[in-house]
Amino acid sequence: MAMLSFEKKYRVRGGTIIGGDLFDFWVGPFYVGFFGVTTIFFSVLGTLLLVWGAAIGEGLAGQTWNLWQISIAPPPIEYGLAIAPLYEGGLWQIVTFCAIGAFVSWVLRQAEISRKLGMGYHIPVAYSVAVFAYITLVVIRPVLLGAWGHGFPYGIISHLDWVSNVGYQYLHFHYNPAHMIAITFFFTNCLALAMHGGLILSVTNPKKGESVKTSEHENAYFRDALGYSIGAIGIHRLGLFLALNAGFWSAVCIVISGPFWTRGWPEWWNWWLNLPIWF
Amino acid sequence: MAEFQNLLTPIQVHGPPDPGVPTEHSERNRVLGPGSMNYLLGKIGDAQIGPFYLGWLGVLSLLFGFAAFEIIGFSMLASVNWDFVEFIRQLPWLSLDPPPPEVGLSIPAFGQGAMWLLAGFFLTVSILLWWYRMYRRARQLKMGTHVAWAFASAIFLYLVLGFFRPILMGSWGEAVPFGILSHLDWTAAFSLRYGNLFYNPFHMLSIVFLYGSAVLFAMHGATILATAKMGGEREIDQITDPGTAAERTMVFWRWTMGFNANMESIHRWAWWFAVLTTLTGGIGILITGPVVDNWYLWGQKHGLVPQYPDVYEEPLVPVQPGELDAPYMGAPSAAPLPGLETMEGAGPVPQVMMDVSIPIAGTDQVLTWDMEVGR
Repeated sequence: MAMLSFEKKYRVRGGTIIGGDLFDFWVGPFYVGFFGVTTIFFSVLGTLLLVWGAAIGEGLAGQTWNLWQISIAPPPIEYGLAIAPLYEGGLWQIVTFCAIGAFVSWVLRQAEISRKLGMGYHIPVAYSVAVFAYITLVVIRPVLLGAWGHGFPYGIISHLDWVSNVGYQYLHFHYNPAHMIAITFFFTNCLALAMHGGLILSVTNPKKGESVKTSEHENAYFRDALGYSIGAIGIHRLGLFLALNAGFWSAVCIVISGPFWTRGWPEWWNWWLNLPIWF
Repeated sequence: MAEFQNLLTPIQVHGPPDPGVPTEHSERNRVLGPGSMNYLLGKIGDAQIGPFYLGWLGVLSLLFGFAAFEIIGFSMLASVNWDFVEFIRQLPWLSLDPPPPEVGLSIPAFGQGAMWLLAGFFLTVSILLWWYRMYRRARQLKMGTHVAWAFASAIFLYLVLGFFRPILMGSWGEAVPFGILSHLDWTAAFSLRYGNLFYNPFHMLSIVFLYGSAVLFAMHGATILATAKMGGEREIDQITDPGTAAERTMVFWRWTMGFNANMESIHRWAWWFAVLTTLTGGIGILITGPVVDNWYLWGQKHGLVPQYPDVYEEPLVPVQPGELDAPYMGAPSAAPLPGLETMEGAGPVPQVMMDVSIPIAGTDQVLTWDMEVGR
C-alpha cells in the first residue's frame, strides 16, 4: 500500500505554492505538485545526459561503462566562462544547469509539502544550504576564477581526484582555516548525532523488564555525565546548527581557495607568527 | 510565513533546578549542585547547568586525562626552551611526537618519545574509564547503553590510530603525534605514503557516513523543529503514543522522497550512521599498511582509476617511489620558526628551504623548484 494507516486524513487539497489544484495530487507515496514536475523534468534530463556522456566517453581518454570510471568533465580552462561545444564540456554545463534546476525544485517542493502539512520551513531552509554549497563549487567559484573549467567533474573517482588535485594546489589543504572549521563541525555533528540517537534509543529501549524512561532520565544522564543537558528542543536546534555550519564552512573553504588565496595554505598562518604582540 | 518558526525559545520558565533522577550514591556523588539557570542557554535549550556526577570513575578519568594534558603541554613548553611567549606563539605548530621508527615497539628512552608513550597511555586509561562511566551511568539510571556503545566505536578508531595499527606495523612511530598542526601533517603524509587514501573503500564509506550524519541531523533537526508547535520534540511520547506531530513528520518524508522512517527508527538511522563513521574509518586505517600498501595501485588493479585525456603537450609521468625525495619537515624544533628572522636577537634564521627535483622518465628533463616555507 502506498499509504500509511493514518495518511488519508492528511491527503487533502490545497496549500500549494504555485499551480493551484493542477498538480495537487499523489503518485504512489509521492506528492507531485508543480515542483515535482520540474524536479522530474530536470533530474531525468540531467541523468540521461550523463548516460549519453558515458556512452560517448566524454571527459575521458576512452569510452567506458565502468561505474567508478565514468566522468563528465567541465570544459577546458581556455573556454573561460563561454558556452563550450557539447562534447568539450558543454554536456557538463547542461548537466550542471539541470542539477541546479532539480535541486532548487526540490527545495521548493519541500517548502510546498511543509506548507500543505502546516509545518515550519526548517527543512527547505536546511536543504538550501546544501544546494548553496553545490552552487559554490560549480558556479560561484568558477565564475570568480573566470572559467567553468574550475568546476568539478561528475564521476565517482574523478570527483575524488579533483578534490585531491585542488587540495595539493594549495600544498596542504588541512591548513585552510575554513576547512578546519568545516571538519570540526562535521565531526562535532557526528558526535552529537551519536549522543542524541543513542540517548533516545536508550530511554525507549531500557534494560529488559524496565519500563520506558522519561525526559527526566535523559536530562539526568547528560547532567551526570557532562554537567549539562541541552534538552529535547535544544538538541534539534544544535544538530541543525552543526549540520548547516558543516555545509556552509565547506563552501567557504573552497571558495576562498583561488579567488582570495592563491598560495599554499600553510603560509597563510604567518600572520599569527608575525603578530606585533610577540615582539 | 509569519507564524512562529521556532528558532529560539521566546518565553523561559525558571523553576527550582531539577536534582536529577535519584540513583545509588547519587546524593553523595552529584556535585556542583543543585544547579543554576543561565538565560542565554535557555534561549537555545535547557537553562539548567549542573549538577555533575563525579564518582570514583569520574575522578580517576579526570585525573588521568589531566595528567595526559599536562604531559603534552609541558613537553611542548620544554620544546621551546620554557619560553612561555614562544609557547603561545608556536602552539599550533608544537607537537609531542611518537618515537622514531628504530625504537619499534620497545619502551623508548627519555627524549625518544617516552613522553608520547606515557601521555598516550594516560589518555587511553582516561578514555576507557570515561567509557565505563558512561556505561554505568546508563545502567544506574536503568536506561539502555546505546550512548556508551556509540562511544566505543569512536574509541575503536582512536585505538586503531595509536595502538592496534602501530602494533601491526611493529613501531610506535606509526602512530599519530599529539599536536594541532602535526596531526594534520600526519594525516596528509599518511595519505601520500599509501598512495591516496581517497581510493581506500573504507575511507570512502567513512566519508559517506560522516556526510550522511550531517544530512541526517539536518533532516531530523529541521523536521522536529518544523513540527515543534505540535509537540514534535517530545520524542519519547511521540514514539510510545504517536500524535499528529509524528504523523506529519512521517507523511512529510513519504510525500517528499517516497520513504519515511518513524519517530523511533530515525534515531536508529542516526545511531548507525554515526557509529559506522568511526567503525569503517577505523577499519580503513587498520588495513592501510598491514594489508594494502598503495591504494592508488590497488584501485588500478580493481578497475577504479579513470583514464583521463592528455591535457599537456608532453605526457606527464607519475612520480616513481624514491624520485621525490623531499625531507620530512616534521614539527618545528626549538629553533625559531619561519618569519622569526624579522625579530632582533631571535637566533639563527631557520633552514626551511626545500629543493625538489623530479626527473621526467624517458627524457633528460628535470622538473625542479625551490619551495620556501614560511615567507
